[in-house]
Amino acid sequence: MQYEPVIGLEVHAQLKTASKIFCGCSTKFGRGPNSQTCQVCIGMPGVLPVLNKTAMDFIIKTGLAMNCTVAPYSRFARKNYFYPDLPKGYQISQYELPVCQGGYVEIAIDGETKRIGLTRIHLEEDAGKNLHEGIEGASHVDLNRTGVPLMEIVSEPDIRSASEAAEYMRKLRAILRYIDVCDGNMEEGSLRCDANVSVRPVGRKEFGTRAELKNMNSFKNVQKAIEYEIKRQIAVIEDGGKVAQETRLWDTSRGITLSMRGKEEAHDYRYFPEPDLVPVEVSKEWQDGIRATMPELPDAKRERFVREYGIPDYDAMVLTESRALADYYESAAKLSGAPKQASNWIMGDVLRELKSAGAEAEQCPLEPERLAGMIKLIESGVISGKIAKTVFEEIYGSKKTADEVVKEKGLVQITDEGEIAKAIDEVMAANPQNVEQYRTGKVALIGFFVGQVMKKTGGKANPGVVNDLLRKKLA
Amino acid sequence: MELHGLTLHKLRELIIKKEITAKDAAFAYTRRIGQVEPEVNAFLTLTPDKTIEMADKADKALCGGQFDAGLPALTGIPLAIKDNMCTKGIKTTCASRMLENFVPPYESTATARLAAAGYVLLGKTNMDEFAMGSSTENSAFGTTKNPWDLGRIPGGSSGGSAAAVAADMCAAALGSDTGGSIRQPAACCGVVGLKPTYGRVSRYGLVAFASSLDQIGPITKDVEDCAIMMNAIGGHDPLDSTSADVDLPDFTANLKDGIKGLKVGMPKEYFVEDGIDKEVYGSLMEAVKTLKSLGAEVREITLPHSGYAIATYYILATSEASSNLARYDGVKYGYRATGHADLLDMYKRTRSEGFGPEVKRRIMLGTYALSSGYYEAYYKKAQQVRTLIKRDFDEAFKDVDIIITPTSPTPAFRLGEKTADPMQMYLSDIFTISVNLAGIPGLSLPCGTTSNNLPVGMQILGRHFDEETVLRAAYAYEQATDWHTRKPGLS
Repeated sequence: MQYEPVIGLEVHAQLKTASKIFCGCSTKFGRGPNSQTCQVCIGMPGVLPVLNKTAMDFIIKTGLAMNCTVAPYSRFARKNYFYPDLPKGYQISQYELPVCQGGYVEIAIDGETKRIGLTRIHLEEDAGKNLHEGIEGASHVDLNRTGVPLMEIVSEPDIRSASEAAEYMRKLRAILRYIDVCDGNMEEGSLRCDANVSVRPVGRKEFGTRAELKNMNSFKNVQKAIEYEIKRQIAVIEDGGKVAQETRLWDTSRGITLSMRGKEEAHDYRYFPEPDLVPVEVSKEWQDGIRATMPELPDAKRERFVREYGIPDYDAMVLTESRALADYYESAAKLSGAPKQASNWIMGDVLRELKSAGAEAEQCPLEPERLAGMIKLIESGVISGKIAKTVFEEIYGSKKTADEVVKEKGLVQITDEGEIAKAIDEVMAANPQNVEQYRTGKVALIGFFVGQVMKKTGGKANPGVVNDLLRKKLA
Repeated sequence: MELHGLTLHKLRELIIKKEITAKDAAFAYTRRIGQVEPEVNAFLTLTPDKTIEMADKADKALCGGQFDAGLPALTGIPLAIKDNMCTKGIKTTCASRMLENFVPPYESTATARLAAAGYVLLGKTNMDEFAMGSSTENSAFGTTKNPWDLGRIPGGSSGGSAAAVAADMCAAALGSDTGGSIRQPAACCGVVGLKPTYGRVSRYGLVAFASSLDQIGPITKDVEDCAIMMNAIGGHDPLDSTSADVDLPDFTANLKDGIKGLKVGMPKEYFVEDGIDKEVYGSLMEAVKTLKSLGAEVREITLPHSGYAIATYYILATSEASSNLARYDGVKYGYRATGHADLLDMYKRTRSEGFGPEVKRRIMLGTYALSSGYYEAYYKKAQQVRTLIKRDFDEAFKDVDIIITPTSPTPAFRLGEKTADPMQMYLSDIFTISVNLAGIPGLSLPCGTTSNNLPVGMQILGRHFDEETVLRAAYAYEQATDWHTRKPGLS
C-alpha cells in the first residue's frame, strides 16, 4: 500500500527584543546564571507583568509578512504546569485569541510553488533552564531565559514530506531574518521546531493518529527525524499495529525517535485568560505604521531579480535566501553593470568561500564594490575569465582591488594582434607536422594550437583573438 | 483625648502645626500597641526600628522649613499595613507558613506611595492566610480578636488592619479586598473601609489571591481619613497593566457638599428580613431615615442576578488563586519541605505542609474548575454570570447615584463559630462579593450597634471610578450620626 504523510509544524522563534517580554531585564544570551533576572521574571509574590510593546510590533510585522489576519483584539492566557524552570507555575501565552490568525508562506518544491497554510501565530514567554551537570546531589535553575519573548508559528497540516518540512523551515527563517525579528539560529535555540506527523493510505481523507516530535535542533535534523518517523509509522501499520498518540523525542546520535510520554500522561494545562494583563487592541494605525517599515520580502525580491536582472529563477531563489546576500548581489549587479556575471561569481566562488568559512553574506571579506570592479575588468576585456579566477583568489582575502592585482602581477590580457600573431608564427614554426595534419583535415588540432599559444603568452592572450588569428593563419 | 485616639486628619493638624512631633505620634502608638496588642493580636510583625527611622525622617521634613500645606499629606502619620503588601526588607508573610520568612527585595506601589506621602510604618497586620477567609481565623500565626468583644472575630481577611484601627493601635491602615475583605472587617470592628474601583489602586506588590478581584484600600477611623488615604494611594501605575489610566481626583474636595437630591437605591434582593440579623436590619432602616432627612431620595431597586454571586465568586476567585499560588513550589523562595525523595515529592510535601486547610481547599476547587472538560461548565459560565451581575449594577446606576446595603448579614460572630462549616463562613460575604465581581467601589461605615454592643456596618456602593460620591454620602451620614466616635471598651 502507498502511504502519504501529513505534517504540521509548530515553530518557536525567539524575538530579537533588547528586553524581556514582561519586565525590563536584558535578553542577552550566555551571561552568568540568574544574572539577568528581577522580581518579575523570577515570579516573586505580588509582581505583575507589563507587556513589551516591541514584542507586539515584531509579531504584527511577522503576521503581515506571512499574510495573516492581525486580530484587532487579542489576549493572553495562562498555561499552568509545575516545573522548576517555570517560576510562576504558569507560562503566559495565548490561547483563544492569538495576535495573528490564518496566513500562509510559499515554498518551492521540484520547481513548483506550494502554499503552506498557517493556523496562527501567538506571543508567549520562554521558560528558564534546569542545570544538572557538574552538581552533586542537586539540580540548579537558571532563569536568565525566563521571560524572553517567543513567537509560536503553527502551520496547518499541509506539509506532505520531510523535505517540504525542511523547505518550510528555511522559508520561515528567511522571512524572520528579512524582517529582522529573529536571528534564526537553530543551534542556539532561537528557532525551535516541533512536528506533528501522521501517515494515511493515499486517497484517504481522514488523518491518521499523530505523534509529536521534539528536540530537532537543525534543518537537517528536522528532515531526518520526520523521515524516520514516517518510516516508523508505516512499519507499525504494516505490521498490523496502531500508531500511538504520543510525544516522541528525536535522538540525534542514534538517528531515531523515542517515546517521551503517551496520551494518558499529557498535561492538562488549565488555560484561562491572564487576569494581570489587559487585552491588546491593535489599531489600523498601529498596523499601518508597521506595514510602512516592511522591507521587500524574499518572494517579491526573487521575482524582481528575475525580471530586472534576467537571471534564472533558481539563481534568484538562492540569492534571496538572506537579505544580506540579496543586498550583496544587488550592489554587485548594479556596480558591475553585468548582473548575470555577478550572479555567476556569487553563486559559484563567493558562496563557496563563505560556505567553507561557515560565514554569512554579511561577513564576506570581499565587498561587492571590489567584486564588481573585477567583473568590469572581465567585461571590458582587460582580463580573461581564466585570469579572473586568479584575481579573485588574490582579492577575496585581501584589501586589494582587482586593478591593483592585475597591475602588480602584469595580468593584463594581450589583445595586440601583432604580438599574438608573432606567438602563433613561433608555435607554427615549432610544430610543422601538426600544421600539416591540420591542413589535411584534422581540425580538432586547433585546441592544441590554442593551448600552445596561451602557454607562450603566459595565459594572457585574449582567447578570442588567438582563435581568430590561428584559423586565418592555418587556413 | 490621647493622641492614639485621634483621627488621622486631627493628628495631621497637630503635626503640621508643630504642636507635636512625628516621634510623639509614633511613640503614642507604640505605647498603645504595647498595652492592647497582647489582647488583640492584630500584628504579625512590628517594626520599631523602622518606625523610629521614618518618624525621624518626617520630623526632619517638618523642620525643613517648607511649611504646612506643602508637606506631603501623611507626613509623620503612623500606619499599619496588611501583611500581603510587599515591604522592601521587611517580612511579608501573608499569614502563611509558606512565606513565614519571606523578605521582599522590592516595595509595593501602594506602600511606596504612602512612603512618598511621608507615612510612618508601625508594622504588618494579621490576616487570613493569603487573604482567604472572613474571620482572620485562617492565619497560620494565631487569630486576631475583635476589640469590641475579645471572644469574637474581627472579620477578615483584613481583620488585623481593622482591629488595629478600631483599637487605636494606628492612625489608619491598608487592607485588601477580594470579596469583602476590607468592608466586612471594617463593619465587624466599627470602622470605615473602602474597596476602591478595580484599577484605582495599583496591585503591584500585593500578593495575589484573585487578580481580577483584588484591590487595595484604606481602613480608617472616619470618612475624611479615608479620602486622605485614597489621595495618597490611588492613581495609574505603569507597573500594573490593570491599573486604570484615569484622572485621580482630590477625594477631599467635594467631601462636605452634602447629599441633597442624591438618589439612593436599596436593592430588594439585599433587604430580605429573614436573611439578615434583626438588629442589623433595624440599624439599616434607621440609616435610611437619616439619609432621607439629609435630603436623599431613597428608592427600591433590583439586582436580579444577586443570587448567583457567591457561586460565581467561588469559581472565579478559586480558579485564579489555583494559578496565582502555583509559584509557591519550594524551588525559589519560601518554605521547602525536607526529606523529599524526588521533585514531585518535594512539590507535594512543600505545598501540603506550607499551606493551611482553607488555602488548599480553594486551590483544589480552582484546579477542578479550570480542568479540561469542566472549564466550560464552571469557569466560562461563571465569567458569563459575572457579566450579568456587572450589567445589573450598570442598569441600577442609570436610576440611582449610590446603592446602600448591609455590609454583612450579621455582626461579628464568635471565634470558632463557623470554622467547621466553610459554606456558612462564605455566606458572611454575601453582600460584598458582587461588588468585586462588578469592579465598582464599595465603602463600609458604622451605622449602629447591637444590644450587646457590637458594631453594625452599612455598605455604600457607587459607579465605576465614582468614589467621590460614595465618600460624600458616607461623610454626610457620618456627620449626622455619632457611630464613628464610639470606641470599643478596651482597657
